[in-house]
This record gives sequence, C-alpha cells and structure tokens, in this order.
Amino acid sequence: MKTVLTAWDKVQISRNVQRPRTLDYVRVLCDEFFEFHGDRRFADDAAIVAGVGRMLGRSVVIVGHQKGRDTRDNMKRNFGMPKPDGYRKAMRLFAHAEKFSLPVVCLIDTPGADPSMESETRGQGNAIAENILQMAQLRTPIVSCVIGEGGSGGALAIGVTDRIYMLEHSVYSVAAPEASAAILWRDSSKAADAARTMRITAQDLTEMGIVDGIIPEPEGGAHLDADNTVRKVGDVIMAAIDALMLVPTDQLLTQRYDKYRVIGAYNTLSTPQHGHGEPLTF
Amino acid sequence: MKELFRRAPKAFTPAEQTPDQQTPNNMWVKCPSCGELTYVKQLRDNLKVCRCGHHMRLSAVEWTGLFDEESFIEHDGDIAPLDPLNFVSPKDNYAQKIRESQQHTGLYDAIIGGEASLMGQPIQLIVTEFEFIGGSMGSVFGEKIARAAERAYTRREPLLTINASGGARMHEGVISLMQLPKVNLALARLGSIGMPHIAVMTDPCYGGVLASYASVADVIIAEPGARIGFAGRRVIEQTIRQKLPANFQSAEFLLEHGMIDMIVPRNEMRSTLARLFRLYTTRTTGLSPVAAAI
Repeated sequence: MKTVLTAWDKVQISRNVQRPRTLDYVRVLCDEFFEFHGDRRFADDAAIVAGVGRMLGRSVVIVGHQKGRDTRDNMKRNFGMPKPDGYRKAMRLFAHAEKFSLPVVCLIDTPGADPSMESETRGQGNAIAENILQMAQLRTPIVSCVIGEGGSGGALAIGVTDRIYMLEHSVYSVAAPEASAAILWRDSSKAADAARTMRITAQDLTEMGIVDGIIPEPEGGAHLDADNTVRKVGDVIMAAIDALMLVPTDQLLTQRYDKYRVIGAYNTLSTPQHGHGEPLTF
Repeated sequence: MKELFRRAPKAFTPAEQTPDQQTPNNMWVKCPSCGELTYVKQLRDNLKVCRCGHHMRLSAVEWTGLFDEESFIEHDGDIAPLDPLNFVSPKDNYAQKIRESQQHTGLYDAIIGGEASLMGQPIQLIVTEFEFIGGSMGSVFGEKIARAAERAYTRREPLLTINASGGARMHEGVISLMQLPKVNLALARLGSIGMPHIAVMTDPCYGGVLASYASVADVIIAEPGARIGFAGRRVIEQTIRQKLPANFQSAEFLLEHGMIDMIVPRNEMRSTLARLFRLYTTRTTGLSPVAAAI
C-alpha cells in the first residue's frame, strides 16, 4: 500500500541529499558534456551548472541548479542558491543555444536565489528579471523539469519554458516554506503549515494548470532508484523537445506567450472601483 | 512650539479612515524621517515631500494627478482578485484580507491601470497601491500590467509604471510567481516595436516586482531615498548575521552600483518623464541648423 505523503513530506524528499542532482542527469543521459564556466563579467557560480552536451543522441544546452552532497561541496555550491553571476552564466548559455539553434534543457533544484549583500549589490533582482525576459523571447525550444526544490524567483530564472515538468515529489513555490512562514506569520517554524497552505506539490501545480506533466518516482523518492528516475525524466524531456523542434519559431514564441498569458485567477465584476482619495496636483 | 506639536496624537494612519477625511486627527502629518509635523494641505501642495526632503509614499490615486488634467482614463478597474488556494490559516485569511484592503483603499486590488497624456504625450500607465497588502503582485496585478503593455503595443504608445511593492503575493502561491513571466512576455512584445517602458521606483520596490518588469525597464527612475532590492533587509541580515550599511538598498546605493539610471525628486517627475518619452516618440522636431543651411 502506498503511503499518502503530506506536502511537508515531499519538501523533505525533494531536499534529500542523495536525490539525483543536475550532474547526475548529465552523467546518466549524456554521452558528451562540456561544462562552460563563468558569466564573462565577474565570476563562475558553482550553484549553476551550464554547458553543451549530447543528451539521448541530441546536442543540447543544459542549465541546472547544483546542490552539494556534503558540507564542503555545499559551501562551494552555496547550497544551490545562485548569485547574479550564476544567472548571467545561464543567460550566456541561453544566447549560445539560440545562436546555434540548440534546444535548452533546464533542471530546477534550488531553495531560492542567494539572499546576500553581495548578490543584492550586483543586482540579483535584475539578473533574474533579465533571464525571464530573455527566455520569453528565446528563438529556440526550451524545456524544464523541477527535479527537487523549485524555490521562487531563483527557480523561475531558469524556468520560463515551452514545457515544464515536475518529478512526483518535487515542489515549486512562490517562496520556500520557511520563508513563506516568516513572511506571512513571522515564524519560520511554521514551515510545514506553509507547505500545506500554499499548495506547492507537483500534484497541486498540475491541478492549477501550471505544469505540463508529473514524472513518477519510485516509492520513497527518486534517490532510491536514481538512474531509472533520471532516465524517465530524460525520455519525457526528449519527447517534448522532439515535438517542439518541429514547430516554426514564430509559432513557438506565440505558444509560449499564450502559455503564460492565461495563468491567473481573477474575476471581472460589473462595477469598477476607482480608489479613495484625490489625485495630487503635480 | 515644536515640543507642543511633538506631543500631538499620532497622526494620519488610523485603519478605518480614508486618507482625506478631514478629522482633527489627521490634519497634521508627522514625517517618518525627521519627525516634523506638517499641515496636511501644505504637505499635499508640496507633493507630500517633507521640508527635510523625505518623500512620503503616495497612494495610487494621488499619483494619477501626475498626468494632464482630465486626461486620465482608467482601464480594467473591474478586475477583482479571487482566492485560488482557499488560503486560510490560523493567523490570516486571504478572502478577509482582500475585503479589508478593498474597504481601506477603495480598489479591488493593489494596482490601477489606464491611459493618460503627459504634457500632450499619450501613454499607457500602471500605478501600484502599497496600502493594498503591501502592493503585492498577484493575479490581478499581473493581468493589469499585461493588459496595459498589450494596449501600449496595439496603440504604439509608451508605457509608464509607477511602483511601490513588497513583492509577490504569498496568498496566491505559485500563481503569483507565474505573473512574473506573464508580465515580462507582454513587455518583450512591447519592446519589439520600439516602444519604451519607463519604470519609476518609489519606496519600496522589492522581490517579484524587481525580479520581473521594474528592473528591466528601458529607463529606471527612482525617487530619492526609495528602498529597492530583491531580498528584504531582514532576510539578508539573518543570512549573513551582520548589520548592513545604513544606505544599503537605497536608491542612492543602487545608483552608485549601476542598477538604476537616475534619481528624480517628485517635483521634477512630471517634466522629466514627459521630456524623456518625447525623445522616443518624437524623433525629430524640425531641421537642425546644419541641415537647414544645406
């Protein structure tokens, strides 16, 4: 009998240190891969792995968050929280993909963008925004899968894609559960409540029409049969890319526009409201 | 005399009142920066800028006075939020929060969209309302910006956004997050026909607003002292466990670090915007003396 997992259980599974990360996908799915380093502006951010490879027989650009396996690795990877340099490296690779008409595979697995003084000073908000804008206009197919945590703008910065999939026990949220609890209730210990209330599971997002499909995991989580899970993800992504490569580019961009344009929950009422108070005289 | 004023009851922000109710309680406004009290009418005449230079936050309705007289026409004022997650927690309830904010501001959500002219220049516009759940960006917010950008695209007019927002609206979860690409897709389309988007960042501009349309505007103007950032100060301090410099994330700090184009005081905003827009929309104003001589 399969146990019913709560949202918080899924958060734990999505963060499991043994869960397959971007470089595991590269190892299993690619017979060639060259990691490209640096944003050509400031630094190379190890929280994002980016490069060109051959995935299941097709040349692709791969961009993914990379968390560490142990403390030392995590220090180097900043726990998978990219700085602006990481996003600008991703942007460079997106442009590279467009130039050479290569499809892009994005693997999402981050608690969120790095919140630090140095990231703010170098324009974290701007780096994310530029990537969103660039992916919106990218003249080549781009497909993503949330393989672990999809944390807020930090995830979205490599996640504006023609198709987006989620692993069965992955999560995707407007802010990490701890941050959500802190923002909403000024109490980060209420993370489990936030995880439930904010509907962050793959199943929730499918119901909301935001993701295109859920890729099943073995019982207990992807880490219990990593290679097979990775292969399943690879098959789904490649099938999507095969289909998208046949779509004329202008049509691809229109479809991408429409895909995001319809997301939102609002109501149109019969009487407009115009706000209290009076305009100032400038 | 000053001491007498200082003992006056706390002015101006009682919950159930609209900003312009002329009760004795809010005839005087205390500057949050220097503490000085100013008579409300005088403050309004001075565009709510204190004598010390502090720019107090304006409501979205107050900002609509920026445009040519009688030129402002509101659009999409009939779009209202829903509660897609049925967000109820022991501490807050989204549906109720919406109702309270609607009563408080007289708006359905944290944003006004419309069109106007600015010194004769027709523009499409967006103004956000911070008093409505911190000017947060949810479905209505995203929808109205997308529509404003699409109107600007269809009519070949520039877009102005005047922003004050704490970030994405938590209560609509990942649907709020998805407003970021929705808005940027619409702006990319506007950019493709060479129409500019100018963003004015007022205090504060954080999170989702910054990580989507505001920081990729063609021209970014901030008001003096506006706080602008991706992550909030509290979050960063908790992460790095040290105090941040006082001017960190201020408009002046961002200008110094190359993140915004200019800082413009409120009394120069109208003419600055009008002159800027005209450079893009009216490419030539007659023959130059050199061309005329040939």
